[in-house]
Amino acid sequence: MNEKIGLILIAIGVLFDLLGCVGLVRLPDVYNRIQASTKCVVLGTTLSLLGTMVWFGTTAVFVKGLLCIVFLLITSSTAAHALSRAAHRSGVPLAEGSVVDRYAEDLEASNNDEETTS
Amino acid sequence: MTTVEFLVPVLISGLLICCAMCLYRISNGPTAADRMVAIDILGTVVVGFVAIITVVTGKAYLLDIALVWALVSFVGTLALAKYLVGKRLNE
Repeated sequence: MNEKIGLILIAIGVLFDLLGCVGLVRLPDVYNRIQASTKCVVLGTTLSLLGTMVWFGTTAVFVKGLLCIVFLLITSSTAAHALSRAAHRSGVPLAEGSVVDRYAEDLEASNNDEETTS
Repeated sequence: MTTVEFLVPVLISGLLICCAMCLYRISNGPTAADRMVAIDILGTVVVGFVAIITVVTGKAYLLDIALVWALVSFVGTLALAKYLVGKRLNE
């Protein structure tokens, strides 16, 4: 029974991985690609690790898997944030048809503030 | 042929397709940022791959590799992001 539940979880995880990678290939823009693929692939990998934990069912695997999931959830979101910020600051343009760019507006506003105060 | 024997090759080929898509984006991403995103995603996919290999072989110590891979991939991505902005690594 444990093995069946674990396999089902792993299969759902692989499905999410596939959808995230389709987003990585198909979407038009680096920011769209970051937001689609990071979320989907992190959820898929988390589900795969959860399935592995359920499959084995021992304490050692449970602790290791839980540690891996926590690290993955913290580090992937941080890495995606750093990458999108770096891409914006290095001047990667937004895709055609993008309507809003809050980070550029924010940078402009803070620059204006500095000019008025100094 | 049991369900497990049928399902495990399907799952592994699904993850191989994921790796192929990431490699496509690495090879002809239009900007450097696209390539870095693809490398980051490839690292996360490999962690899931190691989890499936742990299930197939039944050896629990392989999960340590997944843990170390996640951490090293994170550090590498942060270093690449710093490089993209043009800062030095100790700033």
